[in-house]
Amino acid sequence: MIKKNLLRSAAAAPHIVWSVLFIVFPLLFVAYFAFTDGAGAFTLENITSLGEHTQTFVLSIALSIIATFICFLIGYPLAYIITTAPESHQKFYMLLLMLPMWTNLLIRTYSMMAIMDDGGLINNILAALDWGQIHLIGTKGAVVFGMVYDFLPYMVLPIYTVMSKIDRRLLEAARDLGCSPVQVLLKVIVPLSMSGVISGITMVFVPSISTFYISQKLGGGTFELLGDTIERQFQNEATYNVGAAIALVMMVLILISLAVMNRFGDDDEGGVVL
Amino acid sequence: MKLFSRLYLILIFALLYIPIGVLILFSFNSTANTGMLTGLSLYWYKELFSSPDTFVALKNTLVLALSAACISTVIGTAAAVGISRMKSKWAKKSVQSVTNIPMMNPDIVTGVSMMLLFVFVGGMLGLTEKLSFITLLIAHVTFCLPYVILSIQPRLRQMDKSLPEAARDLGCTPLQSFFKVELPTIMGGVVSGFLMAFTLSLDDFVISYFTTGSSYQTLPLMIYSMTKKEVKPDIYALSTLIILSVLVLLIITNVISARNEKRSRKEKK
Repeated sequence: MIKKNLLRSAAAAPHIVWSVLFIVFPLLFVAYFAFTDGAGAFTLENITSLGEHTQTFVLSIALSIIATFICFLIGYPLAYIITTAPESHQKFYMLLLMLPMWTNLLIRTYSMMAIMDDGGLINNILAALDWGQIHLIGTKGAVVFGMVYDFLPYMVLPIYTVMSKIDRRLLEAARDLGCSPVQVLLKVIVPLSMSGVISGITMVFVPSISTFYISQKLGGGTFELLGDTIERQFQNEATYNVGAAIALVMMVLILISLAVMNRFGDDDEGGVVL
Repeated sequence: MKLFSRLYLILIFALLYIPIGVLILFSFNSTANTGMLTGLSLYWYKELFSSPDTFVALKNTLVLALSAACISTVIGTAAAVGISRMKSKWAKKSVQSVTNIPMMNPDIVTGVSMMLLFVFVGGMLGLTEKLSFITLLIAHVTFCLPYVILSIQPRLRQMDKSLPEAARDLGCTPLQSFFKVELPTIMGGVVSGFLMAFTLSLDDFVISYFTTGSSYQTLPLMIYSMTKKEVKPDIYALSTLIILSVLVLLIITNVISARNEKRSRKEKK
């Protein structure tokens, strides 16, 4: 019987082998490198040396939380407004939202630079109006703005997907039973779209905290985020171990926050909708 | 729709599209100035196409995306069918969770983890070029697989389970039943999985950055090295062309999925 069962699902075998080789093993290697020195001997030094990077950790977490929060503030009403549009319009709006999402991250970030650079559009407009210049590239605000710009569609998409599935009759029922529009929003729409919000938050937070291109370009190299630090460690074989340690700690941090978040979202529908 | 909602939509979409619009506009600038339009020309496109690197990178990107999409679609389709046939809930769940790891993990972690594996194994085998097209391809297949599987699974769940059973009863071998019954039913999911894998592979920068060797450059990697130097509108020209291709691809996928929907609605009737 067991043999028969195995045979039935044999089609999954190549995938399982592939996953073990190229998903599980690489992660084990990260752990291995994080806990060994260059010669392969066990050490905790990489982990303890992370104290030097405390500031980077704090800054990365802070900036990505801010960016995620702004994305939520902008994205939630946007998703809601799209669901209230006629169905044919909804498709069009989602296409408009997907186009930047499928456009390469480097290009999107680079287009931000075209706007914010010292000789860019904003400063040219300011100069034309005789309002002086503002230096945008290199500020933390520019990095947060870049994250919001790059990842906003990832917030809107899952929220929209969940919201558009809400039964319209529930909203009507709430109104009939005497809810004000605000109450309908808070008591019906928000709770029912929570799973979308949670996957939206995840989909914005994870790339924000691990980005290195946005901070390199829009941060102008004035400060480092976690992604930059990891990337720099992997430029040189001698610092692979420290890089692995940072990557490992970041991954654990993300896993913990995902686990905490998933406790709030009860159904796993809409978790991954692209 | 109320006035406020409409204004809000316009504002957000304007914010999303202004940078892209500026980029496209300045790709037609006649000088290297990226803040002032001095005149329209196709100079930067000519410049872009006169460099053989562009074509090599384009060819590399397409070869990689096509091979990654094909391999991940074949493995992923088989996996989705295999997973759906699994009896044990525990086995199902654990395969699924491992599959989803590359989707949940930040790209940079997936990238460096694979790089460590490749460098370690390459070192053991005594290779001089530890990272190459092969390692890049393996990495791309790996991060495409979960998306392929996820786009096929809903179709499998919707499929009438008695169909493959009937095929078996009527004398089909398991392989025949797969090609004659299961595959046609899930074809829509397979196609969208393939397109998704293709687009993801085209688009990827972070994972490629860590897993490719110096000899194999793709378009995103080329953009990255171009943006390391000074700002020049040839990147704008390249970006414009990429944005236009993405637009065409998106429209095609949308038309396909709209057609599929229509068909499945008709079938339901």
